[in-house]
Amino acid sequence: MRYVVWGLIVLLIIAHQDIWFWDDTTLVFGFMPITLLYHAGISVAAGFAWWLATIFCWPSPEQLDPAAYAEAHVAPNQVAGGGSVNVEQGGRA
Amino acid sequence: MIPIWIVIAYLFILLVLGGAASRLFRGTSQDYMLASHSIGPFLLLMSLFGTTMTAFALVGSTGEAYTEGVGVYGLLASSSGIIHSLCFFLIGLRVWGFARRYGYRTQIQFFRDRLESDKFGLLLFPILVGLVIPYLLIGVIASGSVISAVTEGAFTDSFAQYDYGIPPWLGSLVISIVVLIYVFFGGMRGTAWANAFQTMVFMVLGVVTFVIIANRLGESQPGYDAQASPGGPIAGAIHGMKSLSERVLNENPTKLKRDVDQQDRTQYEQEYERWEALAEYDFATRRLERKVLTSEQQTAAHAAFKPRMPGWERVAEALYARDHELIELSIPERNRARVLQDDRVLPDPMPDDREGLWQSELLRPSREAVEHQESSRPFLERVWVAIKSLWSPRPYTHTLSEFPRIENIAETRSLALFGPDGSNRIGHPNAPLDADDPDGERKWTRKRAAGIYRATHWAPEEPHGMDPWEFLTYMFIPFSVGMFPHLFQHWLTAKSANSFKLPVVAHPIFIMLTWVPCIMLGLWATSAMWEGRALIPPHFPPNAILGAMVQRLTGPVLTGFLTAGILAAIMSSLDSQFLCVGSIFTNDFVTHYARKDRFSDKQVVLMARLFVVGIVAVTYFFSLFEHRRVFVLGIWTFSGFASLFPLVFAAVYWRRLTKLGAYAGVLTTIGLWLWFFSESNYGSDTKYTVFGLQPVATMFVASAVAMVLVSLVTPPPSDATIAKFFPPKRK
Repeated sequence: MRYVVWGLIVLLIIAHQDIWFWDDTTLVFGFMPITLLYHAGISVAAGFAWWLATIFCWPSPEQLDPAAYAEAHVAPNQVAGGGSVNVEQGGRA
Repeated sequence: MIPIWIVIAYLFILLVLGGAASRLFRGTSQDYMLASHSIGPFLLLMSLFGTTMTAFALVGSTGEAYTEGVGVYGLLASSSGIIHSLCFFLIGLRVWGFARRYGYRTQIQFFRDRLESDKFGLLLFPILVGLVIPYLLIGVIASGSVISAVTEGAFTDSFAQYDYGIPPWLGSLVISIVVLIYVFFGGMRGTAWANAFQTMVFMVLGVVTFVIIANRLGESQPGYDAQASPGGPIAGAIHGMKSLSERVLNENPTKLKRDVDQQDRTQYEQEYERWEALAEYDFATRRLERKVLTSEQQTAAHAAFKPRMPGWERVAEALYARDHELIELSIPERNRARVLQDDRVLPDPMPDDREGLWQSELLRPSREAVEHQESSRPFLERVWVAIKSLWSPRPYTHTLSEFPRIENIAETRSLALFGPDGSNRIGHPNAPLDADDPDGERKWTRKRAAGIYRATHWAPEEPHGMDPWEFLTYMFIPFSVGMFPHLFQHWLTAKSANSFKLPVVAHPIFIMLTWVPCIMLGLWATSAMWEGRALIPPHFPPNAILGAMVQRLTGPVLTGFLTAGILAAIMSSLDSQFLCVGSIFTNDFVTHYARKDRFSDKQVVLMARLFVVGIVAVTYFFSLFEHRRVFVLGIWTFSGFASLFPLVFAAVYWRRLTKLGAYAGVLTTIGLWLWFFSESNYGSDTKYTVFGLQPVATMFVASAVAMVLVSLVTPPPSDATIAKFFPPKRK
């Protein structure tokens, strides 16, 4: 799902280049220029895509605070030395 | 005076908010600069949104839509909705985590640590401060201009040179002092509270203003069917919107798309021909002092013309003289006539044909017009011209826009023409123009007189579209948010990582709610009629359009509230920037180079406050000089910040980023920025592009390439630094 969400963001960036409405003066509902409505839709879609990102792509605690993660999962003498860090595979803080 | 009282009340509320925030102040520097990391999702959303949306969100968006058309939303707003949230998500969240862990208060502290380089801070310090100062100046100057514009006529005798309103220098001073007081006492908490309040104010007032204007303006359009109106403010507004948008479609269809409509092109060419006739007639009669028309011909010319704008008589004579081929001028004289009529500086010495086609070809209005003329030739002719140019390059055609316009000329000339020494039309806007007719037309303000001068003397505005490549590369500009130091500081105030969720999701929606109504108002302003005349005359200053619409179409109460809303948008950015620059000076300069424990925490707070006072004073001082350049600088400062985005992105996500790689990226950005800026005549050439793209695209890519290449050939960061900022690699 993580890749789907990032794919959606990329799709939004591509959809933002709407060359297909470049020359279109249609007024939707009689007052709204179609280009403006389309880009307002892009803004709403961006809100939705970012909502999905907060659900499926939210950084893990180890990404937000790598040092705390290392401290919790590595022998104290190895962290204190500041040298190479040996980490349990797949462990989570 | 009602708008003034409303603005005063609003400023008082802000001071109360700052005072309330100061009561919660814990006395520590951490609390003063970062509100002790106590800001929850709602306040974070409001402060981030309020900080990124400057006066441009209300005033500038309306003006840009008026000038550039509907494409402005895609160019500036929907792209920002995607990219700003991307920056909050990818950068804000991560640096917040690092700051909580390692106690950073500023961007420079983070970079110094991440790059293991103390001196890198010395390189970044002047760049960040140098790029923030013009941004601050824009806010301070804009606040003075807004207050001055809406208080026109508020005084009976004072400030005549400012149209009897509050002078801009005084308005800027008051706003600077109010912001200073609540930032000084309230610190980051006061700033966040004020931002939240101000963001709500400008969003709500924007929508209210939109509905009222749509209702009133819609009713006054020719062809508005009052019988068909369903009644009620919302339904009435929708009915009014239809008549307004249809008018734009009929009168200025180019504004509804991003290409130039043929109807607008044809109309413009006709208006330009009329203007050329006026330029040549004025040159022949005034400069060369020739008698072009006999008195009988003048009478005939006046009789055949329908009077409209002031000075119509000369237009009538010019058209008569053109139609009867009575003006005899050489091509260089005709070119001089055009440059002088448009109040531009004549070249000295005059160019000859070795420097382009000045002596043998008429000036075209702009490079776009030349390109349009070339592209309208038959295909085979264009191919032949291209082949011929291989062995015999064609000298370029001169354009009107290549000659700079004389600064403040409209203000000076309009005062001479319409002031006490001229037709005596300028005066207090509440005084009658004719003393014998107290209910008749009012006196003109200086601004109005300058507007009328521009509309009646200068060449008509050429319709122009948007280039798809420019549209694409404009998307780089919102990346500036990733490197704004004041936003960086706001990110660090978050109570928890989850506080970022609401801003990330709601930011694009808030942009839409604020921008769409303003874009619609700007579009309607291009074509709307009011009291039988165009609501906005040609060459009207775009940034004054929203204010003018509110003043003409609503009462003084709403004018006061909208002014408060515009000032809210300005101040919600200014406060964060002042606090941030104060924090940078304190943390990255003074305490960083002082002996450890040299200053107590109380002394650090005092120092930060004094730096805030200093930066407000310096900004206000600079705001008194050189206004035009600062506004031109706006897009350049954004481009500079955006081009530094690869640096912050790599610092957070790329383990291999090295100190020297970071130096290479920053120096490439600044080197190219200075080069392109000077090439664009220090920002004066607003159409300046590099390879047909926005300069930011080249700077962004070059900065990233230099940073990556140099990082790859220099020693990687130490394992300790990698362990500090990156999760361990899984085996």
